[in-house]
Amino acid sequence: MTIETLPEPSVPLASPLRPRFGFLTSTPIIATATILLLLIVVISILAPWLAPHDPMQLLPAQRLKPPSDQFLLGTDAYGRDLLSRVIYGGRISLLIGFGATIISVAGGLVIGLFSGFFRWLDAVLMRVMDGVMAIPAILLAIAVVSLSGASVFTVMIAITIPEIPRVARLVRSVVLSAREEPYVEAAISLGSSLPKIMWRHLLPNTIAPLIVQGTNFCASAILTEAILSFLGAGISTETPTWGNIMAEGRQYFQIKPSLIFWPGLLLSIAILSVNLIGDAARDALDPRMKQREGSK
Amino acid sequence: MLGYLLRRVFAAIPVMGVVALVVFLLLRLTPGDPAAVLAGDNATPAQLERIRTSLGLNEPLYIQFITWINKLLHGDLGVSLISNVPVLKMIGQRVEPSISLAVATIILSVLVAVPLGVIAAWKQGTWIDRFVMGLSVLGFSVPVFVIGYVLMQIFAIDHRWLPVQGYKSIFDGFGPFFQRIVLPTLSLSFIYVALIARMTRTSMLDVLGEDYVRTARAKGIGEIPVLFRHALRNAAVPVITVIGTGFALLISGVVVTESVFNIPGIGRLTVDAVLARDYPVIQAMILLTSLLYVTINLLIDVAYTLLDPRIRY
Repeated sequence: MTIETLPEPSVPLASPLRPRFGFLTSTPIIATATILLLLIVVISILAPWLAPHDPMQLLPAQRLKPPSDQFLLGTDAYGRDLLSRVIYGGRISLLIGFGATIISVAGGLVIGLFSGFFRWLDAVLMRVMDGVMAIPAILLAIAVVSLSGASVFTVMIAITIPEIPRVARLVRSVVLSAREEPYVEAAISLGSSLPKIMWRHLLPNTIAPLIVQGTNFCASAILTEAILSFLGAGISTETPTWGNIMAEGRQYFQIKPSLIFWPGLLLSIAILSVNLIGDAARDALDPRMKQREGSK
Repeated sequence: MLGYLLRRVFAAIPVMGVVALVVFLLLRLTPGDPAAVLAGDNATPAQLERIRTSLGLNEPLYIQFITWINKLLHGDLGVSLISNVPVLKMIGQRVEPSISLAVATIILSVLVAVPLGVIAAWKQGTWIDRFVMGLSVLGFSVPVFVIGYVLMQIFAIDHRWLPVQGYKSIFDGFGPFFQRIVLPTLSLSFIYVALIARMTRTSMLDVLGEDYVRTARAKGIGEIPVLFRHALRNAAVPVITVIGTGFALLISGVVVTESVFNIPGIGRLTVDAVLARDYPVIQAMILLTSLLYVTINLLIDVAYTLLDPRIRY
């Protein structure tokens, strides 16, 4: 009844830095979404081994062929294998979606932490953020891409810039309420260094709302990349991305609608999965929201 | 009230100032010579010089900014680098289809989404609620161009009930206008319905627990009047807000939908300007839509006081 009843040392201690990811399998629908998303991620990573053909290989003799044993989904207007292009297409879309999410969360986190902690900085930073937020995201992204030239990196940055103020505002609001807490006051009066206060006391409070916001943004980043490609303002058209395949398919839509439907379907499934995961994350990690929604 | 209004208008000025600064710096901070970026790879020195003079790129940065702001305040948004036509005139010629599409979308979305949200909240936890919420996640997830092509395939290609693409002004007769605006409006409405239905549901759930709703029910008033007369009225404020914050969504939707359905609106104008690197047009579109966004949200704040007498400034 003494030492044996203590928890085993291998059990991880509950820590705010270790958010629970149990919500990923909370309901059958969420679990399906998680599996579908993982499946798309794995397919994209393994694209060079899974794709039956080279997605860039032009076969002029095989233009716009219907599905056959050789080309399971048929070919596009340049005789390229549609299935291979759709498989490869996920790579750029997901890379930009996840990349933009990480950069915007990191950027917004830094701005939000400083803005919430230093009053004098807050006024200036928040006015700038208000201004950037007033610009419709898609127009700002289009302008950035058209000026800096389209590459994976510039498209990622173009999608990131409009989102940073939203993350910064979220982090700032969390910091503003957290810094009034007694434990932060105690840490300040004990003379803890600023980085330590931010890292140990403020940052953990922001993790849960950031996971929720980040997931939602990830879905919209994947969508924005597709929109940019679709409008012709994304990365170069021969690179297969779901948006690019659809953009090229537009011309031949009446002859071969599958050029639009297959990439559109995968794009929709990817965004839907991320959105469902985002909703589940909100229900699991944001108690205030859960209360408002009432059910579950 | 007047004081509040004035304060809000003054608060909008720095916001627009930042927008102008961002738009200004975006071009100037682009790596390399901005004129070369805009002119493309095979531009002649004369073309480069013309762009530099047209945008005032030869002056020091702060003089460029002051001159540019001064012109803006006098309503001069510059001339197109491609067609040499004043940008404001180009936008004016293309604005009607976009407004028609946006207004039709908002009307349709509110008519569909508000009842859906109310019913979902009323039947909270039942299959109806889950169905509406499922529909809403779907609306958020399927991109407008995918929906657009699916609708086009069904209604215009398989069944030939409606024209595939194009636009006719409402001033040329309602029939042709209506035939061509139906599919774009339906496509664009999906995401808006999703957004508004969700917000209506959440805000109705808050209100349905209130005492006055219980009192109304206790008095024996039917469910429908309770929902729409007592609850929805009080749930309206967040719903109106979301229509305002969703404006950015509407802009991006309009840009994409116009490309899908070949509608000659300001969305197409913007996309064409991007492809041609016609920066004055892009810049003007950013400034005008941001101004519109700020104004709409200001008007919505004012509308609160009319909708909810408890809100006073």
